[in-house]
Amino acid sequence: MRTILFIIEKEFKQIFRDKMMLPIIFAIPVIQLLILSYTATFEVKNINLGILNIDQSQQSSELINKFKGSTFFNLKAYSTNIKDLEVMLKREKISQIIYIPNNFGKNLSSGNSSEIQIITDAVNGSSANLMSYYAISIIMSYNSNIIAKINPNIANYGINSSYQYWYNQELDYKRYMVPGILVLLVTMIGAFLSGMNIVREKEIGTIEQINVTPIKKYEFIIGKLSPFWIIAMFDLIVGLLLSRFVFNIEIQGNIFLIFSVSAIYLLSVLGLGLLISTVSDTQQQAMFIAWFFMVIFIMLSGLFTPVESIPQWAKIINYINPIKYFIKFMRQVMLKGSNIFDVYNEIVVIVVYSIATLSLAFWRYRKVS
Amino acid sequence: METVVEVKNLVKKFGNFVANDNLTFEVKKGEIFGFLGANGAGKTTAIKILCGLSTPTSGELNIAGFNIYTEREKIKKNIGYMSQKFSLYDDLTIAENIKFYGGIYGLSLKKIKEKTIKYIEALNLEQYTKKMVAELPLGIKQKLAFMVSVIHEPKIVFLDEPTSGVDPITRRQFWDMIYNEANKGTTIFVTTHYMDEAEYCNRISIMVDGKIEALDTPANLKKTFNSNNMENVFIQLARKATRID
Repeated sequence: MRTILFIIEKEFKQIFRDKMMLPIIFAIPVIQLLILSYTATFEVKNINLGILNIDQSQQSSELINKFKGSTFFNLKAYSTNIKDLEVMLKREKISQIIYIPNNFGKNLSSGNSSEIQIITDAVNGSSANLMSYYAISIIMSYNSNIIAKINPNIANYGINSSYQYWYNQELDYKRYMVPGILVLLVTMIGAFLSGMNIVREKEIGTIEQINVTPIKKYEFIIGKLSPFWIIAMFDLIVGLLLSRFVFNIEIQGNIFLIFSVSAIYLLSVLGLGLLISTVSDTQQQAMFIAWFFMVIFIMLSGLFTPVESIPQWAKIINYINPIKYFIKFMRQVMLKGSNIFDVYNEIVVIVVYSIATLSLAFWRYRKVS
Repeated sequence: METVVEVKNLVKKFGNFVANDNLTFEVKKGEIFGFLGANGAGKTTAIKILCGLSTPTSGELNIAGFNIYTEREKIKKNIGYMSQKFSLYDDLTIAENIKFYGGIYGLSLKKIKEKTIKYIEALNLEQYTKKMVAELPLGIKQKLAFMVSVIHEPKIVFLDEPTSGVDPITRRQFWDMIYNEANKGTTIFVTTHYMDEAEYCNRISIMVDGKIEALDTPANLKKTFNSNNMENVFIQLARKATRID
């Protein structure tokens, strides 16, 4: 126990003496949380729209006015020549073209059906879907206006659905992103700093001097990892305060549940860092290995995309992705107020994961080569 | 005399490469034992095995009376080691380094304090107490590293080229420190490149291509090889080497 305290004391002295460490610990998490949470959004707003109006009727201007009135659209170009709009689409001046053909107005007023074509830049598939959906909604609402005018009796005929968005009523993406990014921050701080730190001792050669002492493996590992556990927990608290007071996210669940599961989760992250340090000889190697795992784990974690929609083989990889479980846990508890039984599965996996990585790292760590 | 290092048929292989080829020797308590050899002869490999940093491929080894395979942790309480690489922390002060190493060797805080004062006085480091070790001159760093390696008063201390890169005066002072330590009964196991330093040892072994080619007192070796200095003895033996560094 005493030995561990001597190591922790030494680590903290070195950490606070390193001029780059303070910004890494204090500034970077805050900046990342603020920037990423505000910018990582999937909402599609201010769609630059081009309208190709061959028709030039009263009906077509009514429809165009509907688009103008929508907050989703921004009427950028208006033309009677498809070529002009194609060039703009190619140059990304506009992302969508609404094509109103000849006789559109005439057909409508004579009681016949009429057609409209929507052309969407689908380089980004998911935003293309949203753009088409918005455009179709506007056209549908204009459609029901026309029907109502012709026959007021059938205007309310059919199914009327009503929406309710639970847990995030305003569909605010920040609420969704903040818990996830918080997870990312503590994961990176934990895995990178702990891994680098031990490899650094290898690089400068002090690890040999430690290995010739009668120090026990567990003493060294606990002494080395605790400072980073403390730092990561500190960053978690800072992050939770920011999400409460900057993003106005009130934590719905139990704060002690969050802290205790985070404390266990961090052990798995630190274990991963330690494991990486046992297989690397230089900080550069450790950095690349850590990045390799981090990028895969982050992409599959469900931070940006729903984990349910990834292919089956990737789901298998995802079984060992600690970030996935912890993001799910954080979102559930922070936003939905889930209790220990609701997130039972995630907690079990996190506990098992921590035990596994720490034991693996403990077993791999050698005082003797 | 008590035997503190007992090595029988030590072999260390890295794949097909035989770094230590059947080494057998003994070191007595209080002896200054010089371990000589050209670069790549296998000195550092052997010293790392004796310190428990590396496992031998085969051989019987007892250090400070303990078996190297089964009682490694007991050995570690009884040995000190100063590696070729400087191994104090550059970003800690002298006192902080002493406190850390003293602490992990299990010294009491009182004892650590005493040692710190003693070391700072012995090395005339009063003006450097607030400074980081990085700012110390190399000679002082090496002397400090030596003192830290014997902070727990070990029975044996292994020094791997402790004086490489330092000036002749500092080397002389360094050897005074070694003698002091040996007079207290500490066994010194030292590797070196400098033949004048070999003369300071009680006994020396000369390694060539992983084998011990000669082992005796400097005086006897000079007699055997018909030379008036160690340099000549060393060159006669090292010339046989076929390994390229």
